[in-house]
Amino acid sequence: MKKHTVILTISATLLLSSLTSLASRLTIEITQGAQGTTSVAVVPFGWQGTQPQPPQDISLIIESNLERSGRFTALERQDMLTRPTSGIGINFRAWKLLNVDYLIVGNIHETAPGEYQVQVQLMNVASEKQLAGFRYPAGRDTFRRLANQISDVIYETLTGERGAFNTRIAYITSTGSQTLAYDLYIADADGHNAQSIVRSAQPLMSPAWSPDGQKLAYVSFEGQRAQIYIQNILTGQRERISAFAGINGAPAWSPDGRRLALTLSHKGNPDIYTFDIEARRFDRLTTSTAIDTEPEWSPDGSHILFTSDRGGKAQLYKIPAFGGRAERMTYEGDYNAGGVYSPDGKYIAIVHGRDQRYRIALLETDTGHLQILTDGSLDESPSFAPNGRILLYATTRAGIGVLSAVSVDGRYQQRLASQDGDVREPAWSPYNQ
Amino acid sequence: MKTPFNYLIIPALALMLGACGGMDSMKTASEPEVSEPAKVTPPAASRATTSAVSNLGYINGIRIDRENSPDSIRTVYFEYDSSEVRTEFIPIVAAHAELLASDSSKRVVLEGHADERGSREYNVALGERRAISVRRLLLSSGARDSQIRTISYGEERPAAVGQNENAWSKNRRVKIRYE
Repeated sequence: MKKHTVILTISATLLLSSLTSLASRLTIEITQGAQGTTSVAVVPFGWQGTQPQPPQDISLIIESNLERSGRFTALERQDMLTRPTSGIGINFRAWKLLNVDYLIVGNIHETAPGEYQVQVQLMNVASEKQLAGFRYPAGRDTFRRLANQISDVIYETLTGERGAFNTRIAYITSTGSQTLAYDLYIADADGHNAQSIVRSAQPLMSPAWSPDGQKLAYVSFEGQRAQIYIQNILTGQRERISAFAGINGAPAWSPDGRRLALTLSHKGNPDIYTFDIEARRFDRLTTSTAIDTEPEWSPDGSHILFTSDRGGKAQLYKIPAFGGRAERMTYEGDYNAGGVYSPDGKYIAIVHGRDQRYRIALLETDTGHLQILTDGSLDESPSFAPNGRILLYATTRAGIGVLSAVSVDGRYQQRLASQDGDVREPAWSPYNQ
Repeated sequence: MKTPFNYLIIPALALMLGACGGMDSMKTASEPEVSEPAKVTPPAASRATTSAVSNLGYINGIRIDRENSPDSIRTVYFEYDSSEVRTEFIPIVAAHAELLASDSSKRVVLEGHADERGSREYNVALGERRAISVRRLLLSSGARDSQIRTISYGEERPAAVGQNENAWSKNRRVKIRYE
């Protein structure tokens, strides 16, 4: 088991470009390492260029990505006996002695000022064979993205599952003491490159990614009314889609991206509606006199999950997406709310309340089996990585809101904390398209 | 020269009340400033002045006859997971209803809030349910539907910070805000 803190460096360009990014930078701390992981060594990449250092330490980014997945343990640099920079002439025996299963070697070549070529090779130490090898062009601004992309290739080659390193997260922060400022941020999956895309003196809530990863739906209380917006993250343009009296909340995209499910209360109490984005039509889905909120589409689009207290306490229900009878999904505990599906639909992550503690639990869709995954008392807002392996959620530490991540097998945990203020409501983006 | 002096006091009072609006209103009840609204009608000479005068209208509208009058309390607190208006707050809500019934030009916003436990959107729904409880009570005591707007902030705008029942009990509330 390995416990350490990885405080990732921030590039000079980012420092210059945005002070807000600096203030809200998230740092990652691995709080519980996993056992039985695959051993890798990511050798520092070779460098040929005019400057003493390459613009980014790509191998360090790859190494921390692989470790963050909870499935790999990386050999410390100081324990490396040799530092090969290509697949040629590797002394595999030395790596076998260090119990390294896989070796990642590479080099960076400055081909012209500000232009680079990055070569990377993944070697199987046991068979002494190359498993994957690529050469990429890179610019100063694309190094980090490239490092994440390379991490995805290595992860997929070694696990057979798609990596989620080259993705993003959205989250809400509130900062300040007397008067709060609310921000909706987008950052890389590792917390880097955080940028505020909305800032308001009134609360912002419930960010939800469109399936194509190009837009975010969210709730804003600007003008002291609840409203739902859809914002294009590339252009910054946004559109208000709902501003009825009462609640306009909990937007959730249909898997085909054509509709939103949302909560409206203008007819008297909170009910689930769907909104056809092109036709601009609202359809009411639930009509109970209880609270119905927090809709979530099943991955196949056939039905919608929601939270309701129609049975007296908050529990999860599901209803066919085009209307029908609601069916209760949860029975354990006093409180089950805020359900989200894993990408394969096999699990629903929920906020599970029991004995005055609110923790994240996984509900197995087929069996109804419930497994508590986290150990806080105010855990909420679970969000799956697009490959379904990691759950990001909001929790508190010393009274401050922080983000945490846990592998779905519960074995591995890490924390993403901001320098200042509360961080909450993480939403992991879909795959980059 | 009494009149100009009054004019200094009234905006100051407006500021104080405005400031109190953002705080725990239980405290407002014991502050003496609100018990002195006597000279509220501006002299004709002032009608030519600017926005500061129209701001005064907000303060002028609230007649408070004595210190600790029920309608000077503007926050209703709730039990955990409950939207029932507690007995001690019923006369307070009724006093606001009377005020609204006596002047149809008055408008209130009922801001519902919840403590931080549980999921956020569900807490928005809980906060709204509390605001609606207060609204019902206002209506049954003589206020008109058109005078009342409700909004729920759920747990997004806590009045007290802290992960304990003391803070939570201050956050489970409906704020009655005059527009």
